[in-house]
Amino acid sequence: MLPIVVEHIHKSFGDLKALHDISFTVNEGELFGLIGPDGAGKSTLFRILTTLLLADKGNATVNGLDVVKQYRTIRREVGYMPGRFSLYQDLTIEENLNFFATIFNTTVEENYDLIKDIYEQIAPFAKRPAGKLSGGMKQKLALCCALVHKPKVLFLDEPTTGVDPVSRKEFWDMLRRLKTKGIPILVSTPYMDEAILCDRVALMQKGAIMQINTPANIVAGFGMPVWAMKADNMYRLIRDLRAFEGVYSCYAFGEYLHVTVNTELENVKAYLAPLGHEGLEIKPAKPGIEDAFMQLMQEQNELA
Amino acid sequence: MNNYSIVTKDLTKRFGSFTATDAITFEVGQGEIFGFLGANGAGKTTAMRMLCGLLKPSSGEAKVAGYDIYTQTEQIKKRIGYMSQKFSLYEDLTVKENIRFYGGIYGLSNQQIKEKTHALLDRLQLEKEARQLVSSLPLGWKQKLSFSIALLHDPSIVFLDEPTGGVDPITRRQFWDLIYESADKGVTIFVTTHYMDEAEYCNRISIMVDGKIKALDTPAGLKKQFNAESMNDVFLQLARAKS
Repeated sequence: MLPIVVEHIHKSFGDLKALHDISFTVNEGELFGLIGPDGAGKSTLFRILTTLLLADKGNATVNGLDVVKQYRTIRREVGYMPGRFSLYQDLTIEENLNFFATIFNTTVEENYDLIKDIYEQIAPFAKRPAGKLSGGMKQKLALCCALVHKPKVLFLDEPTTGVDPVSRKEFWDMLRRLKTKGIPILVSTPYMDEAILCDRVALMQKGAIMQINTPANIVAGFGMPVWAMKADNMYRLIRDLRAFEGVYSCYAFGEYLHVTVNTELENVKAYLAPLGHEGLEIKPAKPGIEDAFMQLMQEQNELA
Repeated sequence: MNNYSIVTKDLTKRFGSFTATDAITFEVGQGEIFGFLGANGAGKTTAMRMLCGLLKPSSGEAKVAGYDIYTQTEQIKKRIGYMSQKFSLYEDLTVKENIRFYGGIYGLSNQQIKEKTHALLDRLQLEKEARQLVSSLPLGWKQKLSFSIALLHDPSIVFLDEPTGGVDPITRRQFWDLIYESADKGVTIFVTTHYMDEAEYCNRISIMVDGKIKALDTPAGLKKQFNAESMNDVFLQLARAKS
């Protein structure tokens, strides 16, 4: 029995197609990522799978249970951390945790081994109201509350949004450790660099899945060479490259631009030569998930 | 040298016994893209609010666009633009109404507002959406519109507080094209971000840890100083060091 099965899910809000024909499965013990920007439909999908919203069309099961007919059982068996912080701000860390344990007919002690790792980091502040915690601590508390009843499937909707790189890294380290306990996890994020931390990902944009695969395969499937380029005046280099018809795409990537071409690289060099760019450097680059995502987006836009 | 857009010396803000911003000293040149980084709670927002003339410092000095942040906050507000991910535009006004509203706030004449509106809609290719409510626009468009509106009154500095959070990767880069374009025209850009690749697009970067500026240099200089491959490594080394 697969932890999550989604088949041809559609959902619209008025004229807005929030989800269009979404299908995927999450395997036993898998850490599966939904990667996409705001408006991709990630949260809508989470709400359908956690039985808080009805799809217009299509089916889905969680832990073998139908999200419409067996919603009551699903609610008892899954852990859900919504995108917006939704714990009780005027209850302390301890009180929040006890509250969620009680709701699920259990105690913090009963499943303490599951949350121990995470809870110990916030335990020194156990008497502090949740509303007065830093972003990173809120996130850890929310994760504890989602885990306290030992869920069979864990749903994490944008747990790292708006969080600084240090806390983000800590959070993913926690997910890695949770994975070893065998709980399947569906997690969403707008940060493309987090995709490589998942077993498999679905790249989502405007309510549709553009691709599903392992991060390694997505990168390997990037069909063309990528060139890293830089010059002293990056802004001028971007404009010059985009004005050249031999350039298929040109995007800033940290220190360098990532450029793909539909001509020989020599032609690009010949085009740039008379333009007098100081400090020009061109070398091969390894494409990443973000390159793949943007290429898929560009293809999607060209089709539309 | 008078070409500084922002100059601070030992700028400090205490809330009770807590020092949110602890004696920070730095300068930002006119037309520079300055990245203001730090972990959540490092004191970035407090510092930014002081520089925008919204919060009185506890001690230290600072000048923004040549004006003193203790005594000339009204002049500062006229010379700066501001946008953040959290608050930017009025969702239940149309695109055009938002432009007119902010034009009015900044004291532009009707003629100026008309010209600016036209130029702005043309540049962002938003003519068709001019009469739509802002709430109906995709997030990326809102952010681009919001940035352009922050520049409506030709400020000499614009403060951007996590302007690209949650935006798709292509739009995020288009947003940076707009930033480059403005800096090229001489506008000073003061920007915070959690995307470390964006830190690389800045001319210089400061990294705050626990209220203090722990590092300040060009991206290349910082990577060299910390013997790191990427800005992400630099950030992790610095921000991690404290805990």
